[in-house]
Amino acid sequence: MTITTDRKLTTQKAIAEAIALEMEADDTVLLMGEDIGVYGGIFGATEGLLDRFGPERVMDTPISETGFIGAAVGAAINGLRPIAELMFVDFFGVCMDQIYNNMAKIHYFSGGNVKVPMVLMTAVGGGYSDAGQHSQTLWGTFAHLPGMKVVVPSNPYDAKGLMTSAIRDDNPVLYMFHKGVLGLGWMTNNPRATGAVPSESYEVPIGEAAIAREGDDLTVVTVGLSVHRALDAAEMLEDKGISAEVLDLRSLVPLDRDKIAESVGKTHRLLVVDEDYQSFGMTGEVIATVVERAFDHLDAPPMRVATPDTPIPYSRPLEQFALPSAERIVEAAQQLVSA
Amino acid sequence: MDIPSEHLVDMYETMVKIRRYEERIREIYFEDKLPAFDIAAGLIPGEMHLSAGQEPVAVGVRPHLKAGDAITATHRPHHIAIAQGVDLKRMTAEIFGRETGLGKGKGGHMHLFSVEPNFGCSGIIAEGMPVAVGAGLAFKRRGTDNVALSFFGDGAANQGAFHESLNLAAIWDLPVVFICEDNAYAISVPKTASTAIADNSDRASAYGIPGVLVANNDPVAVYEVAGEAIARARSGRGPSLIEVKTDRLWGHFEGDADAYRSDEFKEAMAERDALVTFGQKLVAEGVLTDSDIEAIKERMFGEVEDAISFAISSPYPEPEGALVDVFA
Repeated sequence: MTITTDRKLTTQKAIAEAIALEMEADDTVLLMGEDIGVYGGIFGATEGLLDRFGPERVMDTPISETGFIGAAVGAAINGLRPIAELMFVDFFGVCMDQIYNNMAKIHYFSGGNVKVPMVLMTAVGGGYSDAGQHSQTLWGTFAHLPGMKVVVPSNPYDAKGLMTSAIRDDNPVLYMFHKGVLGLGWMTNNPRATGAVPSESYEVPIGEAAIAREGDDLTVVTVGLSVHRALDAAEMLEDKGISAEVLDLRSLVPLDRDKIAESVGKTHRLLVVDEDYQSFGMTGEVIATVVERAFDHLDAPPMRVATPDTPIPYSRPLEQFALPSAERIVEAAQQLVSA
Repeated sequence: MDIPSEHLVDMYETMVKIRRYEERIREIYFEDKLPAFDIAAGLIPGEMHLSAGQEPVAVGVRPHLKAGDAITATHRPHHIAIAQGVDLKRMTAEIFGRETGLGKGKGGHMHLFSVEPNFGCSGIIAEGMPVAVGAGLAFKRRGTDNVALSFFGDGAANQGAFHESLNLAAIWDLPVVFICEDNAYAISVPKTASTAIADNSDRASAYGIPGVLVANNDPVAVYEVAGEAIARARSGRGPSLIEVKTDRLWGHFEGDADAYRSDEFKEAMAERDALVTFGQKLVAEGVLTDSDIEAIKERMFGEVEDAISFAISSPYPEPEGALVDVFA
């Protein structure tokens, strides 16, 4: 589904708009988190909402993630649709019990009788030298644990539609927005962080990957800011006569395994790009999916470009070396196509 | 306080039911695990944390509850679930791992969830406390006069979640009553070695909310203190913390050798068993006769047996059921 419009928004404003529309339509939606009220969210995802909906529904919390994320679970069980913001996903260490032992498991433990309709939104990703406790993506960690959907938008249109779907979903949804795709004025300028967004409410279904660019010679499967890197790489590869298809997963849970296999069935080569750590993560899962479902279609062993298994370093040359770049994608794609 | 005699009788009956329930679960738990104990074997596999002795904390709250009130309880949840009126048959079926259980056999005895009454528990210390805060938030936001009750042990009072929950409930002025079941031991570690102060109820002062100590394991004292705290929360006057010095008569879990508690300690607990003393008190005060007590036992024992029969005669879930209910 695509709605055409000339109106352009940044991803950050698209997220805030989705939340505002749902808060208008549904009185049970409320927000809680650190600096989401007066400040509007450190990454602007709740900009303007306090003024529109007041402090009863846009609740600045103490720095108390176990407390307020657990409270969101309790509120969700008892008739509300809370959205809690964990400022940086890296902070999950102080509240993971509420996330994976409570939020993600209560529906199952109850045999489906108790629903936990909540959104946990959180900023992820690096590339701006915020060092190893403010730069991780960690979606593989959460996607590994059963019971929560894991959504990762890469552009303004998807960000709005996926947030709308997440709020309306009867399951806990972890909504992970990459700081690099938000279009923030204080981040490195990213033209792909601004795009056409209809003003009305709409859903982008959770669990459907999107072909961000069509191509014939290889499939690049990725998510988040790495979609932008892959699109940049695809443009560079085109100059070299290589046609890359870019598949934006948009969610890790559910994972659109059909579309992955379908694309590889067409291109016969697979490159997985992930800003998360390489081992035991998304790259391995995508490759396993293709090996299980489309092994006979592969003309070469799959390859991956990911963050190596080291903490994210601070210094610019170190960090830029560690994170996936368009250049690394181009290099891997060339190897893959010549294999 | 003048307590209506029907409340006293109801509290006593519920204590009888809880004790009988825990005794029968204990019997069944062991009868097919001997002579060589295998925790995975038998009608009730896995860990089992029983609440014999802690009945007063649960039944003292019971008369003050109304439909829709939320309770979050602990890994030792049976007495509280029974006191709130969770369906005993479905609860027992869950403990026996049957399809008819509250969670279709997916939760077990530490993960009992009921929609009506509104009950949940968890196997992680202090985990239910923030959830109760959220329930209180939902009640306030939705304009109901429901109350959330969070039960937890003395060990939980040293978790961050305890402090975060009290602070949140206080700053948001929520209808939450926190009830600490202080049985003096966090598994084997005595409270004197784990907790910087004698009474966790004193910790309420750090959050500017009332903190009340119930110094003995007396259902009437719990009734009075909980009644006040619940009424306060229900009328929009905010959260409270209660600590009840209670007795865990048996080990932390079944199979626990319980060597960390002295014989004197255990004998003293048995001596002051609240089930016995409360029954004697009601007879002495003329609320019940000895024959009333016999009739109550017969009725409560019957309810327990009915629940156990229901569980045992219920089918096990299909193995593939493991894959269902991950998502709504």
